[in-house]
Amino acid sequence: MSTASTAFPRRSKRINITFWLGLVLVGGISLAGILSLFWTPYALSDMAGGRLEAPNASHWAGTDRLGRDMFTQLMIGARIALIVGCGAVGIGAAIGVTTGLLAAFATRFLDDALAAFMDILIAFPTLLVAMLVVAAREESSLGTAILALGIGVSPIIARITRILTKQVLGQDYIIAARVSGTSWGAIVFWHILPNIVPFLAVNLALQFGLAVMAEASLSYLGLGAPPPNASWGHMLHEAQGTVYTAPWGAILPGLALFALVIGINLLADGLRDRFDPSRRDM
Amino acid sequence: MLAYMIRRLVILLLSLFLAAIVLFVLLRLLPGDPANALVGVGATPEQIAAAQAQLGSDQPLAAQFVKYLRDIVQLDLGNSFVSRASVLDEISRRLSVTLPLTLASFVLALLIAVPFGILAAVKSDRWYGLLLSVVSQVGIAVPVFWLGILLVYEFSLNLRWLPSGGFPLRGYADPARAVQSMILPVLTISIVMSASLMRYVRAATLEVLGSDFLRTARALGESHTGALMRHGIRNGAVPVISVLGIELSTAFLGAVVVEQVFSLPGMGSMLLLGIQQRDYPSIQGVLIVSTLLVLMTGFLADLLQRVLDPRLRQGGKQ
Repeated sequence: MSTASTAFPRRSKRINITFWLGLVLVGGISLAGILSLFWTPYALSDMAGGRLEAPNASHWAGTDRLGRDMFTQLMIGARIALIVGCGAVGIGAAIGVTTGLLAAFATRFLDDALAAFMDILIAFPTLLVAMLVVAAREESSLGTAILALGIGVSPIIARITRILTKQVLGQDYIIAARVSGTSWGAIVFWHILPNIVPFLAVNLALQFGLAVMAEASLSYLGLGAPPPNASWGHMLHEAQGTVYTAPWGAILPGLALFALVIGINLLADGLRDRFDPSRRDM
Repeated sequence: MLAYMIRRLVILLLSLFLAAIVLFVLLRLLPGDPANALVGVGATPEQIAAAQAQLGSDQPLAAQFVKYLRDIVQLDLGNSFVSRASVLDEISRRLSVTLPLTLASFVLALLIAVPFGILAAVKSDRWYGLLLSVVSQVGIAVPVFWLGILLVYEFSLNLRWLPSGGFPLRGYADPARAVQSMILPVLTISIVMSASLMRYVRAATLEVLGSDFLRTARALGESHTGALMRHGIRNGAVPVISVLGIELSTAFLGAVVVEQVFSLPGMGSMLLLGIQQRDYPSIQGVLIVSTLLVLMTGFLADLLQRVLDPRLRQGGKQ
């Protein structure tokens, strides 16, 4: 891989495009989601519009079959997607990073056991389990879905943390820090975390996209939270029945989901290229 | 090889055991006693008690767990609360839809991804090579159920070429209609899947293109294409095969969701129906069989990789 980066002289242009395009997509959707806390074109329950209106001047994304404004729902969906992504990745990172660090520092036996355990969990069909967990509640709530997805992504994060930490632990500056009397806690905080965070961030971004996509699948299957916490997946679930008369109702929420996921992926790629010069041409 | 097989088998059995525990706990977390779901609303306390005795849910948890494990090992998945039919029979009927859907999508995805992935790498300096890698990058982010809805809109509702969903009542006894109703679901899954597979194929090919052994083969007088065919494919295949197991599982889980788009009577719709009707034996049965299939796939993929790569067989690293 390291030879590849010298073989192609053109490099930085594409990185910037990738990174900035990702930033624009994710940033735009985030702004819409945050804005929805203070302002939406209509109230969510406002059914004053005509039924299944095409996008027009007063309803920018048209209306659903109850006459509710679709743009309002899209903005709220953006907020929900961000909450799901951040929540699931937050929970996943809290569990995963802790376990990963623990495994890297543990004795050989415990490390092997934890690593095998992670492999087992990674092979587990998360979506099926999430379906069950979400369905287990009488009322589907967003919190349950976030918790289920957070636990679902944690083993992958744990595995990556473990590998990255082991790489850093083999470095000379760790030995130097140990010799000069730095405690392990300080080493984790000052030397290990700063060195693994860039690479970890790339992976967390990818997990963010996966979590948002998985929640949308759950909602699409009718297992998601009801309005006012309805996600883009729920909108697609609702719009599928009227796709022939009102195709935009099914196109726009999917497009929003697609834009967010690809934005996150591009951002992650851009970050990786920035942090890891040897991968710049991959 | 034998030592590895035993080690991997132990991991498989451990995974299955762990999965069984997780499912047991989750099913007990479902609200209410399954006995209530069995007898329905308005049952007398005696009826509920009788149902509890029948299901064994009045037993201590440990005893329930032992019985649950024994049932799984004997593949006794019980009877549906709703239809009273055997869950295992229902699952095998449903698998006759889900498995062909999964496998056909997987094969089609490979047929798309391998040639285009190699092309994208070999011609990475041409506009179409670049275009291919952009397309695969974009394809990964497409929500699979969304693509399904869009395909239905275009090919069923607008062009009226194919059915928008459903499966013939007589199943494969009506082969023309059965195949017709599978085309769009298969396309949906394989398009999304081929995008992610193509990335692996492209990356593996790029690795091969920059490798020393290819340069040596060229120096020994082989043509570029010849060297790539003789040495490149075998070496490039290794990392790709290592993700095939995961991809096959992904196809299966994709099928669970896509079945809903096309109202196919497969495992996914059985699970959803079970959840809606609080039909515990059906839910449990689907989850056990699905987990078993996913874990077995991973196991077989790992073994296959060992068989194909002599370096791994001798205990080396990739």
